[in-house]
Amino acid sequence: MAEIIDARGLSCPQPVLDALAAMNRLGAGTLEVLVDTEASKENVSRAAASKGWTAEVQAGAAGEFRLILNK
Amino acid sequence: MKNFFASKWGIVAVGLAIGVLAPLLQYWGNPGNMGVCVACFERDMAGALGLHRADVVQYMRPEIIGFVLGSLAAALLARDFRPRGGSAPIVRFFLGLFAMIGALIFLGCPWRALLRLAAGDGNAIAGILGLVAGIWLGTRFLRAGFTLGRSQKTPAAAGLLLPLLMALFLGLLLLYPQVEGEPMSGVLFYSLKGPGAQHAPLLLSLAAGLAIGALAQRSRFCTMGAFRDLLLFRQIHLLTGVLALVAAAVVVNLALGQFHPGIEGQPVAHTLQIWNFLGMLLAGLAFALAGGCPGRQLFMAGEGDGDAGVFVLGMIVGAAFAHNFGLASSPKGLGPHGLEAWIVGMVFCVGIGLFMRNRTQGA
Repeated sequence: MAEIIDARGLSCPQPVLDALAAMNRLGAGTLEVLVDTEASKENVSRAAASKGWTAEVQAGAAGEFRLILNK
Repeated sequence: MKNFFASKWGIVAVGLAIGVLAPLLQYWGNPGNMGVCVACFERDMAGALGLHRADVVQYMRPEIIGFVLGSLAAALLARDFRPRGGSAPIVRFFLGLFAMIGALIFLGCPWRALLRLAAGDGNAIAGILGLVAGIWLGTRFLRAGFTLGRSQKTPAAAGLLLPLLMALFLGLLLLYPQVEGEPMSGVLFYSLKGPGAQHAPLLLSLAAGLAIGALAQRSRFCTMGAFRDLLLFRQIHLLTGVLALVAAAVVVNLALGQFHPGIEGQPVAHTLQIWNFLGMLLAGLAFALAGGCPGRQLFMAGEGDGDAGVFVLGMIVGAAFAHNFGLASSPKGLGPHGLEAWIVGMVFCVGIGLFMRNRTQGA
């Protein structure tokens, strides 16, 4: 079961801070991040890429996004 | 759909576009080194509405209206309009208020600080250093778990309120246009002299504002975020946009004869470097805690963020206080009560940074 970060409703830069903290803690593996704005989706994806993680975006219900980060 | 403007070259393109448009707006009539200034222009709008009666800074600035409505249009077209709110709105109101007071101690928002630098105003350097220092302080609080809490989805009507207010302002501006030599037209105040009397033609201002609003919404352009992301994540994405803005503005200012390097006698500026630094330190901290520079707050308000809208209203009220109570600086120097206001603002912002914590992580 992948760790899930619920960053819905949090404003910049908290989704990125939380996602980076989790990536650093895990080192490698799978991480799910839930966000609800385009900007957060882009920011978390960009931060993941900078740390060598791949980011797959799944559109969820009601305009939310589920980001699956892998390393 | 891939969003070009969120890419590496997209943000550079947006920075270049703003860097070209802002000096052009000055060339077309806006005040010196003030092609675009979110703080100054919101202050002028407060004056146009009679919220303060400083008669040299009264004009319903179409650029600001355009920022919000351009962002709204871009967000709607890209299906990125997300009405939301409820993340500590009253705190955001006061952050906006004190951000404005800090900006008016310096005499400009981060956008104008960059434009002043790009026009050769050496006083901008202390302001930008203060801005970075304030943002750095904000990142310390963020690292320690500072949060204003989650926002909630709201009905579209709530997200549309600030854009509708801006549309109303545009309606007033069209209904009561400036009358030569008259300080009032209908319900709107107009300046007969000073920065408020200097403005580009309405349609050019509005068009430039709409274009910048749309571009910035798509790219998430943010002058505060540029430095914050560098300090917090060592990321330069947003910063490349800011650097592109400065580079383009320098070139256009040189081409238009608007580049005048120096410290003394710069337009709408003072030479008290400590206050240039401290004013922007307060503003930078407030922007960092609120998650966006004053421009970004307008763009977020346009895409339905009611909390950003509250921040904007706080800035407008802060401008009214700043001029009613002598908190704002002038080219002559610090306002009579600028010092007290700065202290109150710092106590508020540091207090908020310390006491609003405990973000819970995970599901």
